[in-house]
Amino acid sequence: MIDDTTVRHVARLARLRLDDAEEQVMREELSGILEHIDAIRAMDLDGVPPTTHVIELENVLRADEPRPGLSQEDALREARAVVDGSFEVPRMD
Amino acid sequence: MGLRDLTATEQIAELAAGRVSSLELVDAHLDAIARDDVEAFLAVDAEGARARAREIDALPERPPLGGIPLGVKDALSTRDIVTTSGSKMLEGFRPVYTATCVARLEQAGAVVVGKTNMDEFAMGSSTENSAYKNTLNPWDHDRVPGGSSGGSAAAVSAREVPWSLGSDTGGSIRQPAALCGIVGMKPTYGAISRYGLIAFASSLDQVGPFARTVADAALLLKHMVGRDPMDSTSLEWPAPIDVPMATDLAGLRIGVVEELMGEGIDPGVKAAVEVALVKAEALGATIVPVNLPTALSGLATYYVLAPAECSANLSRFDGIRYGPSAEADNLLDQYEVTRGRLFGPEVKRRIMLGTFALASGYYDQYYGRAQRVRTLIVREFAQAFEGVDVLASPTSPTVAFPIGDRTADPYAMYLADVCTIPASLAGLPAISIPCGLSDGLPVGLQLAGPAFSENRLLDTAHALEQVIAFDTRPPGLAT
Repeated sequence: MIDDTTVRHVARLARLRLDDAEEQVMREELSGILEHIDAIRAMDLDGVPPTTHVIELENVLRADEPRPGLSQEDALREARAVVDGSFEVPRMD
Repeated sequence: MGLRDLTATEQIAELAAGRVSSLELVDAHLDAIARDDVEAFLAVDAEGARARAREIDALPERPPLGGIPLGVKDALSTRDIVTTSGSKMLEGFRPVYTATCVARLEQAGAVVVGKTNMDEFAMGSSTENSAYKNTLNPWDHDRVPGGSSGGSAAAVSAREVPWSLGSDTGGSIRQPAALCGIVGMKPTYGAISRYGLIAFASSLDQVGPFARTVADAALLLKHMVGRDPMDSTSLEWPAPIDVPMATDLAGLRIGVVEELMGEGIDPGVKAAVEVALVKAEALGATIVPVNLPTALSGLATYYVLAPAECSANLSRFDGIRYGPSAEADNLLDQYEVTRGRLFGPEVKRRIMLGTFALASGYYDQYYGRAQRVRTLIVREFAQAFEGVDVLASPTSPTVAFPIGDRTADPYAMYLADVCTIPASLAGLPAISIPCGLSDGLPVGLQLAGPAFSENRLLDTAHALEQVIAFDTRPPGLAT
């Protein structure tokens, strides 16, 4: 089960501002989903290695040579605010 | 019968014979998209599509895909065409590049007519999580088309396009294909470049085709597979995708996954799948029962791994570099308020679930264990394929459900993907073909094979398609 403190902690880690009503719904729904997910905590997994990638791949490398990429104009095109060719952000406290 | 009733292959043949122009074909489909009775499209590029059709009509030689229309899921970036991934977080966003798979199809002569509706960031099984609108099932407008690629599936079923692209993380191509009575395929993980696909869960996401015939799906796939320097998980493809021709299944061993034919599967769905298997036997296939004991734990495994990956992938959406953003007087507030306001409920739920599963103190219990269950599932498939060539099951445990039926219960919605998730976790190719009706609604048969067995899967699906002879035209569809 998940309590209010955990919900607030996780929301903070995820950079999500939730209002009080959302927090409560989130606590109930996540607890409900975790009840189902908890099935995997009861399985015998001794000696079973984790899978991170399903198709075997060797290191994928390329030559370290310059090649065309996004132009600065394209990279900034969709930004909310641009100053001197950079993304503008509010101050950090 | 109108132009829009022709399959993609037939449309290409008409073009080659000079009986129709690309512009006429594109216009015929744009007329239907303008009405869009099933609410399949989020954006339409009529002007761009017509211009492209004229260009192709003027070429001395027609490209292989002739100049016929293509619908593209809104999760795939298209330069200068608004791409939202079904989210308010990307409202009005115009990508600065085009996804590799879309660019390859355009190069081969496909004409992108628009972007199709989807569950927000591909999270959902009914397209009801779209931040913009519900898409309707062409077979019954009170029901969902499935999801997350519901717009792409409904558009093909309603003949607004002959074919389209979707993306599949846990079933998002196969399940809506099943619910709309069309063909949908998720290829082997790595078959198609993910460059330009807005990421949901990177170890699972794959692009794939929707079409009304297996041969059309194969043709679309053929032009997308192969390594792309922009996606280091994309693979050098071992052999070209062939357009399937098989007319029998002599010598083929089909394993029926017992765990996916039992409790939780609607009797009508099970019956339609069983009828299809009898037809496979009549074509010469041997049908044997197969067990994947961990298959049903796939759902729980998936709902740890996919949210964990999504919580990392979606951290990029902060309102700074693209998309709308909330105003705030310091950076942290801006991140939190923007994300809190612009992500929808299901996306927030999955980000929270994934952040929780990765958080210190929970990682080993959830994420670590889920990765190990994934190993068991991979091994069970490998073992099954020592005895059979293809695995069969229903694609979806039910037919299309009513709009609003499952929105109040997240886990009930998750169950829609119980049959498709195992192959996703193992990175295996799988195709859904319509195999009959239950209560007047389409049922999908899922066929899965070992990695890189696309050609055999397509052949199997094609041979079965011929004897099932499913009529993909929804009753009551306006001409």
